[in-house]
Amino acid sequence: MGDHGARQLSRLFRRRLVEWDRGAGLYRLNLSEDDRTVLRELAPQFTGMLDDPGHPVLHRLFPPAYSDPSDLHRQEEFRRLMQEDLVARHREELELLAETASAKTLTEAQLLAWTRAVNSIRLVLGTFLDVSEDDELGDPGSAEAAVYQWLSYILGEAIEALSGQT
Amino acid sequence: MTSTAPVEIAEPGLDERVGTDRPWKVIVWNDPINLMSYVAFVFRKLFGYSKEKADKLMLDVHTKGKAVVSHGPREKAELDVFRLHEHGLWATMEHDS
Repeated sequence: MGDHGARQLSRLFRRRLVEWDRGAGLYRLNLSEDDRTVLRELAPQFTGMLDDPGHPVLHRLFPPAYSDPSDLHRQEEFRRLMQEDLVARHREELELLAETASAKTLTEAQLLAWTRAVNSIRLVLGTFLDVSEDDELGDPGSAEAAVYQWLSYILGEAIEALSGQT
Repeated sequence: MTSTAPVEIAEPGLDERVGTDRPWKVIVWNDPINLMSYVAFVFRKLFGYSKEKADKLMLDVHTKGKAVVSHGPREKAELDVFRLHEHGLWATMEHDS
């Protein structure tokens, strides 16, 4: 686990990217148009990857359920019963991320699904980048690394807003 | 609803015959991608743990490599593992010995 630059950046910007609006009872998304465009275009690309849930780059989204790796019977049974639901859930949440890319406010339920979608994308990108425990990125200058760090930052902001309220 | 169809009696599988009553524990493992704040938040949200308990479990995961986050019968442990997977955490279950 780590911070992945989230904390350094939040010291730089005084305005929170995700804020609880007490009067409205909603979370306000203070994202730029560029940020919104990235979310709108990024989410469907990851939705497409879910067509092949066995792909190695997705292994963090579908980890084994039992500690004993040799318990193939139970591992497979869990996968057979649960994987379809898990794929459907990831799909719904990525769609919500794309659909709400222009939204100024989100309900708490929407923001929770939004954070799960952002984190799912981070898990895939982090696997691709071979992120290590000391926050080192396999290819720090790449576009994937830039998106990964930006998603870490906005996820940190969302968690801070949610943690203040729940 | 009534039915004249024969009632199907399921054959007990291996899992029902052996170790039915042995409780299970759910473990969350450290990983280099998930944010510390996110992991603690998920523990509070899913299990209703206090901030203190969630933070302690998160730090155990971070420093010791893993932490037991819940216990219970197999069905409950499976549901907890599923919900943790939904949130992108690396969770597995094993017998509570």
